[in-house]
Amino acid sequence: MAGSSLSAMAKRIYLLAGHYGSGKTNIAVNLALKLKSEGKAVRIADLDIVNPYFRTKDSAKVLEEAGIELISPAFANTNVDLPALPAAVYSIVQQRDFYAVMDIGGDDRGAYALGRYAPAILEENNYEMCYVANFYRPLTPTPQDALEIMQEVEQAAGIPFTAIIHNSNLGNSTDAKAVEATFEKANELAALSGLPILYTAVRADLADKISAENILPLHLQEKYYDIEE
Amino acid sequence: MAEKVLMKGNEAIAEAAIKAGCRHYFGYPITPQTEIAAYMAKRMPKIGGTFLQAESEVSAINMVYGVAGAGFRVMTSSSSPGVSLKQEGISYIAGADLPALIVNVQRGGPGLGGIQPSQSDYFQATKGGGHGEYHLIVLAPASVQEMADLTIKAFDLADQYHVPTMLLADGTMGQMMEPVELPDTPPAEVEKPWAVRGTEGKRPHNIINSLYLDPELLEKTNFERFERYAKIEENECMSESFMMEDAEYCVVAFGIAARVAKNAVVAARKAGLKVGLIRPITLWPFPKKVLAEAAEQVKGFLSVELSMGQMIEDIKLATACKKPVELCCRTGGMIPTPEQVLESIEKLAKENQ
Repeated sequence: MAGSSLSAMAKRIYLLAGHYGSGKTNIAVNLALKLKSEGKAVRIADLDIVNPYFRTKDSAKVLEEAGIELISPAFANTNVDLPALPAAVYSIVQQRDFYAVMDIGGDDRGAYALGRYAPAILEENNYEMCYVANFYRPLTPTPQDALEIMQEVEQAAGIPFTAIIHNSNLGNSTDAKAVEATFEKANELAALSGLPILYTAVRADLADKISAENILPLHLQEKYYDIEE
Repeated sequence: MAEKVLMKGNEAIAEAAIKAGCRHYFGYPITPQTEIAAYMAKRMPKIGGTFLQAESEVSAINMVYGVAGAGFRVMTSSSSPGVSLKQEGISYIAGADLPALIVNVQRGGPGLGGIQPSQSDYFQATKGGGHGEYHLIVLAPASVQEMADLTIKAFDLADQYHVPTMLLADGTMGQMMEPVELPDTPPAEVEKPWAVRGTEGKRPHNIINSLYLDPELLEKTNFERFERYAKIEENECMSESFMMEDAEYCVVAFGIAARVAKNAVVAARKAGLKVGLIRPITLWPFPKKVLAEAAEQVKGFLSVELSMGQMIEDIKLATACKKPVELCCRTGGMIPTPEQVLESIEKLAKENQ
């Protein structure tokens, strides 16, 4: 399996940011599971103050079964839209004997939430700030568009990006061809930004059908409304 | 066709509206439809359009009234409590016979309710909503692709029949992401000689109005409008029939409920039950004929709704209560599971053999 050849994750904190709807939450959950599979103690924090539905908390069961601690706003998945972050998020920057994944809201508006933790993260300097990119999203069809949002996000977050996670997909109708068709754009974004592509994230069943370095196979949640075609 | 992109339902509405030639959006943010406003805020300035966040929903709908009167394609969007606030303006737009699009990405109610998905604004959307007698053409998408396609259709129908149209979605439809193809054909050019755009001194001025001092004239206007409604009912009903050919039981559901119901129908077929699905795509006009025909064929109906049972009344009317109509529902932001729908189908079949 392509995923098993991935080397162990080197940093203590993985920050997932990027444009709206680029797939940050799915990747955050999968990275937390990967850290756990490497035998580490892991926490995952939902910092999304923008998105009302489809939260990290949707994966609460999977995370709990894996023994990963989920830090989620008290009102996530309830009937109120209250973008308040729990105090427990500070444990991620304060307790350094844990590995951690932080799932940050989309665009610059979502990234502002990271600002209050940025000084501590920068001071410790043991993090990977990952820009999640999907070139099939309507407002980031080109590397230039993706770069523009990258700059807006890092300005809002107060932490510069250190890596790209390439996650181009078309949801359920993604195939290997659709992913490979975006490799050139991903490489161009890497060149424009001067950042390495840390992973190419693909749905797990496509992992063996795509030839790229550092493929991160994604296990996605099935949804009640998915229709079998 | 254009290239495929991965979009949220809300974004698909916004981009489709732009493709349909809409260059004027007025709104006020409310979850779970705020992405429509956010998308318009980003896109409209780049294409010479107007995005304006009004000080309230009441204000936004009256801006829509104004631009509709000027004959330009215009829209607003909101979610349930916000759509209630717009009702006065919607009634005025209907009374002035103007084309405009109102999007309702429903959330739980009544009152402030909650931010999770719902279909409990069915009565409000299909029976008028505001004061006076009028209808909106109400379109109910069940995929992100349909969010786009029906948005474009809603603008076309509004222009064709001089009526406000409503896209009635729910929070899940607004938030979910699916691949979409948007058309790259330019929108149809529609002549609007009635529009208030300045006479240049060449013709008598047009008047946009919903006030009639003479009751006889108001009655005549209402008669004329209802003749148009009759044409809409005759020509514009849309529905999808799924596995209905040999069905003995018929599930009726729209929007997100229809997606869940479809999975339940497939599961019921595997269990040996002859079940089909009728999915109304237009909620007004309601696809009465299709349901009346089904009533001749099946032994019973099951209405699946994210409400305490509203569409079920239209099913009973359309079928003249010829066969039993049962309800499977959740409310308050909850969605029936395929298992719950399957259980209800099994119960319906058992009780109506």
